[in-house]
Amino acid sequence: MSDNYNGPLIRAVDVRKDFGELKVLKGINLEINKGDVVVIVGPSGSGKSTFLRCLNLLEQPTGGHIFVEGVDITDKKVNIDLHRQKMGMVFQHFNLFPHMNVMKNLTIAPIKLLGMKPEEAQKEAMKMLELVGLADRADAYPSQLSGGQKQRIAIVRALCMKPEVLLFDEPTSALDPEMVGEVLNVMRELARERMTMVVVTHEMGFAREVANRVVFMDEGVLMEENTPEEFFGNPKNERLKSFLGKVL
Amino acid sequence: MEALSNAIYKNFIKDDRWRYITSGLGVTLKVTFFAVLIGILLGFLVAIVRSTYDRTGKMKILNAICKLYLTVIRGTPVVVQLLIIYFVVFASTNVSKVLAAVLAFGINSGAYVAEICRSGIMSIDIGQLEAGRSLGFSYAQTMWYVILPQAFKNVLPALGNEFIVLLKETSVAGYIALEDLTKGGDIIRSRTYNAFFPLMAVAGIYLIMVLIFSHFVTLLERRLKQSER
Repeated sequence: MSDNYNGPLIRAVDVRKDFGELKVLKGINLEINKGDVVVIVGPSGSGKSTFLRCLNLLEQPTGGHIFVEGVDITDKKVNIDLHRQKMGMVFQHFNLFPHMNVMKNLTIAPIKLLGMKPEEAQKEAMKMLELVGLADRADAYPSQLSGGQKQRIAIVRALCMKPEVLLFDEPTSALDPEMVGEVLNVMRELARERMTMVVVTHEMGFAREVANRVVFMDEGVLMEENTPEEFFGNPKNERLKSFLGKVL
Repeated sequence: MEALSNAIYKNFIKDDRWRYITSGLGVTLKVTFFAVLIGILLGFLVAIVRSTYDRTGKMKILNAICKLYLTVIRGTPVVVQLLIIYFVVFASTNVSKVLAAVLAFGINSGAYVAEICRSGIMSIDIGQLEAGRSLGFSYAQTMWYVILPQAFKNVLPALGNEFIVLLKETSVAGYIALEDLTKGGDIIRSRTYNAFFPLMAVAGIYLIMVLIFSHFVTLLERRLKQSER
């Protein structure tokens, strides 16, 4: 993509999504800059996951625009597959490929899409597996892994495409409590390495500690956007106050 | 005892009557084999079109054509389809009976294979499609690398069953005077006026073929399952 582009990495402009009569997103505006860790919180049904999925067009917005490095990806002429290569996604239910072992899960996309040589892709994948402490599981199949291990593998799978940004859709919501920490640790490590991340989560501790901006969504509207200090210490929106009162 | 060996001699040895069985078996295998190929190809294509329409809303017209095909083929007896192909579609041409049978059974089987494959594709969690797409794979690539290998494993038992049904269904090929295994046994019966031995032999051969085929399906199933444990 363009080398001398200096604007925000992702710019969502008036993003709307209707499912028939139901208006899930009512015009969301948000900018994500390189190195940002933006955490989106809100009650269930507020549209935060839908918004996240609109960012890589897994959900087709019914209105508005999404600019990625200045290119409007909602334009039908844009090859979305190329943009998605640069936008990794981590899902609530991991969605690893059950018929491939861990190594194949990690290398199939770089080999088929980036044209990497298999040995080269495997070497890269092994390095990243070591970083998340799962190098010894390279030959395992997903069904042999714990939830926390699956999610760490899923993060590595997205990283193997060397994305510009990672989108996390409630990455710890399907995990047993004792496995949440290991996944959050990996995400913390990524944030430290200045990986751009957009995270939908219920982990308020993570938001407070790692995010540089926190966004509150409710009923398809972006209600408040602030630094974690202000967001948790001095919330302005009434709904946000009552939300924080319930979850903290 | 002597009566038994006499009957076997009369039905199978005399005048080389066993040849009706062997050449009939050859025809049955030939028709089944090529009908299976056509069935897989046709069924696979129809399943892709139908599931793509179900999942993405694309291919509207192709989907309508496929639905019509399924309705007609599954709504009429295979014997009638066979007769129509041989006596109506190829009425003016001197097409071989084997070819007519292959086409009839292949087109028929394709409709059932299509629905089996479609249910297999739809049984794969939508999250798999989303994971593939989110990595940057196109819809077709995601199908090929992610969805179809898993779907194939799920439908293998049903697919194996469909081919066993097809093998046995070809026994109606006698309606267009094609000398398949069943017809071969029946010819012997009409020569020897003995129904028991030729028909039992025919039934036994079908049974053995089905058993062998089931065995291979089980083996393949077990092999594919290994990758998940």
